[in-house]
Amino acid sequence: MIRTPLRPLARILEARSRGENPDAIERENIRLRHEEMRDRARRRAEGRLLVLAVFFFCAFSLVGGRMAVLAQSEPGEPRTSVAGASILAQRADIVDRQGRILATNFDTHSLYAQPEDMIDPEHAADKLVEIFPDLDRARLIRDFTGTRKFLWIKKKISPEQQQAVHDIGEPGLLFGPREMRLYPNGSLAAHVLGGASFGREGVHAAEVVGVAGIEKFFDERLRDPARAHQPLTLSLDLSVQAAMERVLHGGMKIMNAKGAAGILMEVDTGEVVAVASLPDFDPNDRPAAPTEGNPDDSPLFNRAVQGVYELGSVFKVFSVAQALELGLVNPDTMVNTQSPMQWGKFRIRDFRNYGPELSVTKVIVKSSNVGTARIAVDIGAARQRDFLDQLGFMQASPLEITEASGSAPLLPKNWSELSTMTISYGHGLSTSPMHLAAAYATIANGGRQVTPTLLHDASRTPGARVISETTADAMRHMMRKVVSEGTASFGEVPGYAVGGKTGTADKPKARGGGYYDDKVIATFASIFPAHDPKYVLIVTLDEPVETSGDEPRRTAGWTAVPVAAEIIRRVAPLMGLRPEIEPADLAAIRRTSN
Amino acid sequence: MMRSLLYVLTALAVIGLAFWAYRENYRTQEAQAEAQHLQNAIGDARARLRVLNAEWAYLNRPDRLMDLVELNYDKLGLLPLQPYQFGRIDQVAFPAPPELPITNPVDVSNPEQQP
Repeated sequence: MIRTPLRPLARILEARSRGENPDAIERENIRLRHEEMRDRARRRAEGRLLVLAVFFFCAFSLVGGRMAVLAQSEPGEPRTSVAGASILAQRADIVDRQGRILATNFDTHSLYAQPEDMIDPEHAADKLVEIFPDLDRARLIRDFTGTRKFLWIKKKISPEQQQAVHDIGEPGLLFGPREMRLYPNGSLAAHVLGGASFGREGVHAAEVVGVAGIEKFFDERLRDPARAHQPLTLSLDLSVQAAMERVLHGGMKIMNAKGAAGILMEVDTGEVVAVASLPDFDPNDRPAAPTEGNPDDSPLFNRAVQGVYELGSVFKVFSVAQALELGLVNPDTMVNTQSPMQWGKFRIRDFRNYGPELSVTKVIVKSSNVGTARIAVDIGAARQRDFLDQLGFMQASPLEITEASGSAPLLPKNWSELSTMTISYGHGLSTSPMHLAAAYATIANGGRQVTPTLLHDASRTPGARVISETTADAMRHMMRKVVSEGTASFGEVPGYAVGGKTGTADKPKARGGGYYDDKVIATFASIFPAHDPKYVLIVTLDEPVETSGDEPRRTAGWTAVPVAAEIIRRVAPLMGLRPEIEPADLAAIRRTSN
Repeated sequence: MMRSLLYVLTALAVIGLAFWAYRENYRTQEAQAEAQHLQNAIGDARARLRVLNAEWAYLNRPDRLMDLVELNYDKLGLLPLQPYQFGRIDQVAFPAPPELPITNPVDVSNPEQQP
């Protein structure tokens, strides 16, 4: 760079000759130089600012553009990651204790229409009515030619139907993929499974939500994508359930009952092996809930869990067990059974008069209301209430289906001494058969509390003790005697030593005001084998009547007991229970000397 | 002289590296495409397995088996399991020789190999 000198000699000499101050020239030159330096510095700064502005503009454009692309593009599956193995289906399968499928998913299609794209709506409507006879032709044409832009025609169609619709060749008829819930066993265990339907729906997918039973209770668990590949294992056994439903159905028809319920439960764990309620329904095609009439006439009604009834004499077992536990009586104590028994205005009478007194064992074997009531008076209301609470009769059943929360027992408002007496033989307290099964399991397993459950789980802690082993053992002996020499003589199944207690309760009239004379609920609560109980079986028949004799018989001994015996005969071998010779009563062996 | 040789070598190295980088890129894309193809195949196989499982459960439903047992009673004579059918170990005959192995299995999980 060529710098101009501050004091150019030519101009200084010239200035000196004219008598001017040469320093002025130098100052002027310094000023010019400073101006030039300032301009250069400004240009450079401006250039840098421009570069930075361009840089930031590009950076922000890039970020913004990328965001727009991410927001607009369809999400794609990662191509390089390891197989997303776990997500198989929208909803986990439900299987029985041996892994056999009770509910699974099935890929199918839904059919919808976009009338704007339709070429020949009338032809399409004709053909659709041929394929789906339940569609209304006039309505389809109205929808296709109207102002609608979109309509669903069918929620689920089979592959054959899809092909038939495809063959119409109408571009305005479209299919959307659907995952549907399939219950391959039809009506088997329908009340446990409940059913499922579609929740929010889109063209490409739809939610499958449980609407009843265990599908609704475990809806969150079944829909959890993290656990969709792990099936939910129930405690039910498919073949046992099928055998029980078949026998129960036959028994219901023979006994002319309008409904029936059966529960088979493991006594140690409380796992329900089979639970049936008849009449039943097909969960693949769940009927609509009834809007009028008695809810328990609907096949949707679960008699085993939702049906709270006064179950009658099956409750005597609990009164006697408590009296034994409290030490008030022993099995041979004689109890006054003079019938009728007068209590204030009320009379308690037996089915027939059993004489002035019976031993406690005989009270159970012959099912004496009077004898049980006298025992209950000694127990008292407060203690009876506590005991029934420990057996689980005061709350809704904890079973894992949504209907169970509605099974709260009906308790007397005022637990008076009279209530104590009626409850001791099963009147004045309405509970579901599931409550009864859990309470009988407690006696059968040696006195430990049982929580009924539908989940199969090997590890479970034993419940709190309610009665002692000795009491439970005495009760098992009494229940065995009910079958071997008492009211349930039809319940004998060779090799399985059935024990139990019958209960025949008059049905209360729907609008109050007493009980029907000719409508009963017959219940048989049984345990088998009685010397080492493994299972509890409850059979309840609604309004049975046995007509083979001269006059109609309605007692449980003639109706529920034979059905229960046949169920035991059928299901015990299925569960791998060998018939055994009952161990003889040790009390009969006596040392003698002479 | 030395400098121009350096230039030529550098240019050759750039060409070589570019060739290598492109080749690796194409191989990666090929591997990704194959992985995706396999994923799709796995997904399809799983979907087919679900259908087969559902069908198996449907064909083995107790109602149908009961009907089949009744239809074929003359040939099979099957009855529900009864308590007296439990036997003791010394009632069982010595086992017969095993059946011949299956030599022509049909793979139903892969549609391409189905006959």
